[in-house]
Amino acid sequence: MSGDNIKIKICMGPGGIAAGGNDVIEAFKGQLTNQRINASFGEQCSLHQVGCRGLCAKDVLVEIIIDGKETIYENINPEKVPRIVKEHILGDNPVKEWIAGEDYDNFKKKQIKVVLSHCGEIDPEDMNAYIEAGGYKAAHKALTSMSPSEIVETVKTSNLRGRGGAGFPTGLKWELGLRIKSDVKYVICNGDEGDPGAFMDRSVMEGDPHSVIEGMIICAKATESHKGYIYVRAEYPLAVKRLQQAIDQCLQKGYLGKNIFDTGFDFDIRIFQGAGAFVCGEATALMRSIEGKRGMPTPKLWRSAEKGLWEKPTVLNNVETFANIPKIILNGGDWFRNLGTERSGGTKVFSLTGNIKNSGLIEVPLGISLREIIYDIGGGIEGGRSLKAVQTGGPSGGCIPAALLDIEVDYESLAKVGSIMGSGGMVVLDETNCMVNTAKFFLEFTQAESCGKCTPCRIGTKRMLEILERITNGNGKEGDIELLEDLGSHIRATSLCGLGMTAPNPVLSTIRYFRDEYEAHIKDRKCPALVCRNLITYSIIEEECTGCGACKRACPVDSIRGVRKKPHKIDPELCVKCGTCFDVCKFKAILKA
Amino acid sequence: MKVEEIDVDEQIGEVGQILSEAEKKKGILIHVLQKIQEDNGYLPGDVLSNLSKKLYFPLSEIYSVASFYKQFHFKPRGKKIVKICMGTACYVRGAKEILNTVEERFNVKAGETTEDLAVTLETVGCIGCCGLAPVATVNDEVKGEISSKKLDRLIKFIKEE
Ligand SMILES: Cc1cc2nc3c(=O)[nH]c(=O)nc-3n(C[C@H](O)[C@H](O)[C@H](O)COP(=O)(O)O)c2cc1C
Ligand code: FES
Repeated sequence: MSGDNIKIKICMGPGGIAAGGNDVIEAFKGQLTNQRINASFGEQCSLHQVGCRGLCAKDVLVEIIIDGKETIYENINPEKVPRIVKEHILGDNPVKEWIAGEDYDNFKKKQIKVVLSHCGEIDPEDMNAYIEAGGYKAAHKALTSMSPSEIVETVKTSNLRGRGGAGFPTGLKWELGLRIKSDVKYVICNGDEGDPGAFMDRSVMEGDPHSVIEGMIICAKATESHKGYIYVRAEYPLAVKRLQQAIDQCLQKGYLGKNIFDTGFDFDIRIFQGAGAFVCGEATALMRSIEGKRGMPTPKLWRSAEKGLWEKPTVLNNVETFANIPKIILNGGDWFRNLGTERSGGTKVFSLTGNIKNSGLIEVPLGISLREIIYDIGGGIEGGRSLKAVQTGGPSGGCIPAALLDIEVDYESLAKVGSIMGSGGMVVLDETNCMVNTAKFFLEFTQAESCGKCTPCRIGTKRMLEILERITNGNGKEGDIELLEDLGSHIRATSLCGLGMTAPNPVLSTIRYFRDEYEAHIKDRKCPALVCRNLITYSIIEEECTGCGACKRACPVDSIRGVRKKPHKIDPELCVKCGTCFDVCKFKAILKA
Repeated sequence: MKVEEIDVDEQIGEVGQILSEAEKKKGILIHVLQKIQEDNGYLPGDVLSNLSKKLYFPLSEIYSVASFYKQFHFKPRGKKIVKICMGTACYVRGAKEILNTVEERFNVKAGETTEDLAVTLETVGCIGCCGLAPVATVNDEVKGEISSKKLDRLIKFIKEE
């Protein structure tokens, strides 16, 4: 018990909470009062909830800092807490077997944390923690000593590009916003994050809400706006709570509201909670939604910079884009620019998920290779299987085959191989995934989310989906692949908004790289990855079958015949291909083909 | 929230100053619908009629907006609301199987509610816990890594009072 300054940080990001972070906190609280630590250390031993630390696969992560010495534990549950308190905190003897191992170190090695620098380090509900970590210095600098055009120039120098998907240069957007004169202008933060398989923006809004607000204040100053909105997705109630808390704290402290930092500058932020529609992530649809209308995109006759929300000039940026701003103002545009590649500055946050060992939230400098992300940071594929493809950009993106793993990750190279950077979803697919089925999955999503306003998207995606359905059901026709390509290129060219324009991407990119799989489905009526139910057959390998009867008893439709101790047989007419026999057979006598 | 007592100007806040009366009423609509749903669990028809009268807004337009968003429901919902994540990460890790099993066990299809109003089953696209895929939520409590063993536990949890 040497230390007299003890900090316990518990990961309460989305992953941490789901893994039982609350229970772990309670367990620590209970233990600390039990062990009379408070009595002996008083304020010196403190418990903090922190945002996402990234390695969600090993949650709950707990960090214990005694006199500056950091120890990280992984996979902690309430049952493990008493021992940690007893041996580590009271006995100064860390519990070795629970300390985060090699995976955690490798996971961190190639990452550079700019946007996520506070995530997992500070308590998101504590404004003072943010200020102690250097927070609001940038806003102060921008408001007290920089002119709007100086801010715009710094952002332009930084080469920051919008992190919401399209990658539009943020500095240019702000310059336009500044140039247009109007008594009312809006700043909007897009926190709709609809991409299924992505949780970057959520982690930032929940783990470091003040950084988003600070970015917005700086943007307001740069574009001479006094009203802000944060549009948060309905599914993220905790983000709404934390942001609202942060806004209230700022109002109290005079960092928002009238006369911020005594500079005479006013800025207010309101939160608007979305109501569940993917298309509302699109900038114009989002504005219609705030106006209380159906969230349908409008043709871009004017740039939003001129006529946006309620027809007033509006600058809209993504959560991560805003969260980068304070760092850029503090460290300078050149610093940020040098972190990335020639054409895109800085780092990018990705949610690395799917069939990967260390799934979680990562932040890497632009220009890193996919291979480094997947093997060095992600620790490779689960269960020793091999990598088939990496899907980036969500339903608007494409699948990059394993052969192209050495490409650099930036906006241009991903576009060149038929995918997009998107907002940062990165789903790793191993050999057990059928690419036709994967394409169908994404198209199901976009087809269901199409708002229906324009015909190519509303009807075109439906027709494409029908074709994919018949291919995966074993009824594909000669010419279907070409039909998909043709439809896809038309939908791409003629849809009203980005949703339709990008909807064919998953299909087109899988055709481009995995055409043979499509052909196998259509010509041979086979699904090489053994995923599409109608294209699989189950049979019993006579030599292996011991006649134990386990499969016969398990079959829900009585399709298996045979007498005890003799090889059994599956009646293909009756078999519904549920795979139960395959799962119950202990002798690997069921052949799935 | 009592529909009769809605104060449009208060709800819309400061931006109201630059908006017309019609724009203001539109501007609060989604927020008001969210409140009504919070109170009732769904959007009851009679409340929407009252809202239409209060705001001088055709009922058809209220339905047009409400039906656009997935969050709004027009029928009563179950006591336990189970959402199975069908986002990419969860799908890749077997979410479909989980959905099928839950559908079978409770004899309810995704998007429906059991007759006794015990369970509403839905699917969602990513709830932001992909690191723990496959994931489901029961009344907003997240359950992660539902492999077959944990699936039984999930089902038991849903059945619990
Ligand atoms: C269908 C669709 C969905 C989108 N969803 C999002 C989203 O969830 N979050 C986001 O920031 N941008 C989304 N965008 C991009 C926005 O339209 C817009 O380009 C972006 O928010 C601008 O901010 P940025 O320049 O900082 O990236 C979406 C676009 C389309 C077409
Ligand atoms: S895909 Fe299920 S939580 Fe993200």
